[in-house]
Parts: sequence; C-alpha cells; structure tokens
Amino acid sequence: MSGAPPRAQDGRMSRYRIGERVLQLTLPVGTLAVGVVIWEAIVLLGDLPPYVLPAPTRVAATLISDWPVLWGSLLVTLGTTFLGLLLAFVGGTALAILFNQSRLVERALYPYAVILQVTPVVAIAPLLLVYLPQPVAVLACAWIVAFFPVLANTTLGLNSVDRNLVDLFTLYRASRLQALLRLKLPAALPYMLGGLRIAGGLSLIGAVVAEIAAGSAGAGSGLAYRIAESGYRLNIPRMFAALILLSGAGIAIFAALSLLSHLVLRRWHESALAREP
Amino acid sequence: MIGSLPLVGLRDIAMTFANGTRALTGFDLEVRGGEFVALLGPSGCGKSTALRLIAGLASPTGGTIAWTTIGEPQAGPPGPNIGFVFQEPTLMPWATVAGNVALPLRLTGMGRYEAALRVAGLIERVGLGAFADAFPRELSGGMKMRVSIARALATDPDILLMDEPFAALDEITRFKLNNDLAELWRALGKTVVFVTHSVFESVYLAERIVVMTPRPGRVFAELAVEAPYPRGERFRTSSDYVGTCRKVADVLAAATAGGAQA
Repeated sequence: MSGAPPRAQDGRMSRYRIGERVLQLTLPVGTLAVGVVIWEAIVLLGDLPPYVLPAPTRVAATLISDWPVLWGSLLVTLGTTFLGLLLAFVGGTALAILFNQSRLVERALYPYAVILQVTPVVAIAPLLLVYLPQPVAVLACAWIVAFFPVLANTTLGLNSVDRNLVDLFTLYRASRLQALLRLKLPAALPYMLGGLRIAGGLSLIGAVVAEIAAGSAGAGSGLAYRIAESGYRLNIPRMFAALILLSGAGIAIFAALSLLSHLVLRRWHESALAREP
Repeated sequence: MIGSLPLVGLRDIAMTFANGTRALTGFDLEVRGGEFVALLGPSGCGKSTALRLIAGLASPTGGTIAWTTIGEPQAGPPGPNIGFVFQEPTLMPWATVAGNVALPLRLTGMGRYEAALRVAGLIERVGLGAFADAFPRELSGGMKMRVSIARALATDPDILLMDEPFAALDEITRFKLNNDLAELWRALGKTVVFVTHSVFESVYLAERIVVMTPRPGRVFAELAVEAPYPRGERFRTSSDYVGTCRKVADVLAAATAGGAQA
C-alpha cells in the first residue's frame, strides 16, 4: 500500500513531462508547416516558374523522382564525413595525449594546429585538389576542419583533472600509463565527446566545401557536387532537394553524437543528469 | 606492540613556497606507531602542508623527515605505506564506490578479483555495504567521505593522514563520522595524524593534540587527552570533555596571539 501514492505522483509527473515534450516537438514543427504553406502560396499566387523558385510540393516530388541519384550522392558525402570524423577523432585524441605527455612536442606543434584551424578551408580545398586525387582531397578537407575541436577539447580535458586525484595517484606511485588510462582519459571523456559533437557538423561542412570546390572539374558524386551540377543546369528543384538532404544529414549526425555522449556519460556526469522539476 | 616506537620524525622542517610564502619554520613532530595525533591550528597555519610533507607529496625546503621501518626493511615498493584522506572526498566520478575503493590496490598491480574481495570487506567496514555499485553523485557528503576513508585503508597503510576530512560536513554527520573513525582506529590499530581547526573535534578524537602557531607554522604546545576510549556520546557531554576543550582552546588562543605578535 505504501508504494501506491508515490507511484501515482510519478504518473502525474511523467504526464506533465510528456506534455512538455509534446509542446517542444509541436512548436518547431508547426513553425515549419506555416513556413512551407506561405512558401507554397507565394509560388502559386505569383505564378513563379520552378527555375526561379520551385514550390515545396515540387521539391518534394523531385526528392522522390531523383531519389536514386540523390541517395547515392548522400551515401558518398556521408562516407567522407564519417571517415573524416573518425580520422579526426583518432588523430586529435592521439595528438592531445602526445601534447599532454610532452611539453616540448606541444610547443613545437600546437601553433601549426591553430594555423590549420584558422585558415579557411574553402581556401585550402583548391590547393589540395591540385595535389591529391579528388576523393582524398575531399577527405582531407573534412579531416582538417574536424580535427581541431577534438584536439582542443581533449587537451583541455586532459589538463582539467582534479588536483587531489593527481596527488592520490602520486601517493600510490602510479605510472604515467596508469595515470593516463585510469585518471586523465576518463576525466577528459566529457570534453572529448563535446569536441566530437562539434567536429561531426564541421566534418560535413569540410566535405561539402571540398566537393563544391572540385565542382564540375571533379568526377565527384557527392551531394554538394550534385548541388553545383544542378546549379549549372538550372535544375533548381534538385538543388533544393539536395540541400534538404544535406541539412537532414547534419541534424542526424548531431543527434547521433549527442545520443552517444548521453549514453556514455549518463551514469556519472553532470551534463547527462536529468534535472528534477 | 609497536605502540611506543616512533614511526616518523620531522626535524626542524622549513617549507617556503615558490611565491615566497613561508608555511612552516622550525617544525618538529614525532609520531609514534599506533597513536592518534591531532594537528590543531588556525586556518592557513601550515597544518595541511605538514601533512603533505609527511605523505611525500611535497619536499621540505629545510629539515629532515625520517621513517622507522617496521618489520622487514625494503620489502615491497620503496617508501612508507600511506593512506591519505583529503578535505574533499576526491572520488573519481566515473567509477563506482567499489571501483574507487579498489583504486589503490589496482594501482599496485593487484588483480581485479583479489581486489574486489578486499574492497567488499572495506566497504562493509565503513557501513556502505548496500552502495558498492553506486556512483559518487548518488551519495551524500558523509557517505562520500566514508568511501574516501575506505579507499585510504585499502592498502592496509602504516599511517593514515587526514586533512580536515569532516570540515565541510554538517554537525550531525560529523559527530557520527567522528564516532565511527574513533571506533575504526581502535579496531584496526592504525597510526592516525588528523588535521583540524576544531578544538572540539581534536579533543574528542585524539590522544595527543599538537597546537600550531599561525603562519609560518611551528609547534606551540602539545597536550595529552587522558580520557579513555571508547569515548562515545557520553564523553561529548561530560565535564571532563568540556574542561579539556576549554584548556585546549586557551592554548590555541595563546598560540594565535603569540603568532600575531611575532
């Protein structure tokens, strides 16, 4: 019997939360619906041709009719993005660990990591395309932009270990490897995942920029290449359709990495705690 | 019984930090095996620094620290076997209670299963048997401190160094932990050096109270607390306790005034 009242209260609480959730979802979706309707109305009332502004229904139709082409391109772009992200994560984390272990290496290399980051990737892409085969150049661009947030965040994380815990490890004469594996890396994990979340979006941007730069010169088949190609052909509905897919891919990457971060940290880290109402 | 043998001796210790702050000058302290010593002094008098020096977490700028080896000399890793309890619980948030307590054992190369056996007993000992798989954020302040104490005991240390471990806790929790610590000390026969700025805490816990002057810290006086153990709640309200507290408080006041003039 004693268990019943709290459960009832829980039920009420979760119903309140569900209401909140529904509102959180319906509001942006509603905004989108209103926007789409207005867009459709403008095209209809102004009698605009599709090569000036295609109606949303026309874009949707193109998305369906051109699906085989667009789907293949999406896979190419996503493949580049994920590979770039993976390499950036591995490379960024490895370099951050190296920096953490050796001040000398950090002093020698860190400025160049910064230079790589602050130089606009749009400007680097054409050069890379000169020297590298196109798929490799695109991958390199995705890697360059995704690399730095991983490096910077992991470095920050490795350096923000609780001083007392460091003392504790000293007290028990822990080796450098033990301190790294049991103390520094776990402490840095929330930072690394934060860096990865930023890097995911940037990797997509890097891949897109390189594909655009390659443009008609390349034999590429990524989504951004489709956009460029459709632009030359004044196939505006397909440009919109590809853009929607790119945007969706970006959202999906961000959501997936957020979920990953939540799953890894949910048992112990403040960022993953549900706040009590 | 090793009770009367000196375990560690600090002679004429001086500690000056890189920024020129003189934390300790002419600091002498001898800790005997099995005793409970309280280091009492105002905030910033170098008590914590003295404790860190004993732990080997810092090296003094002057003087010597000498350990008496107990039993087989040079067995196991070099240096004394020390347990340290910090002001904060200092737990790894990503590890469970059991994982935190097992840390010292795992760092010394003990296998997972052997460590788990030892750890289960320790967690039981500090009264957290039901929380072995809980994460630190799920525990109260007092419980976290218990985990910290269990971890300090994990390697069965020769000496337990405690740096104002209960200062941040509420009074009810602090009293409870004081009782349990005294009980643990009697049961295990460990040497304890306990840093505190609370006269009441030092008198309740310690056999011997070392009163320090303000910075730069040195020993002003040593007082023995004769009351027998177990002291318990009755001792806390006895006239004997109140009288000793008044005496210690007077000495502390004199130490603080003397330091201020110097």
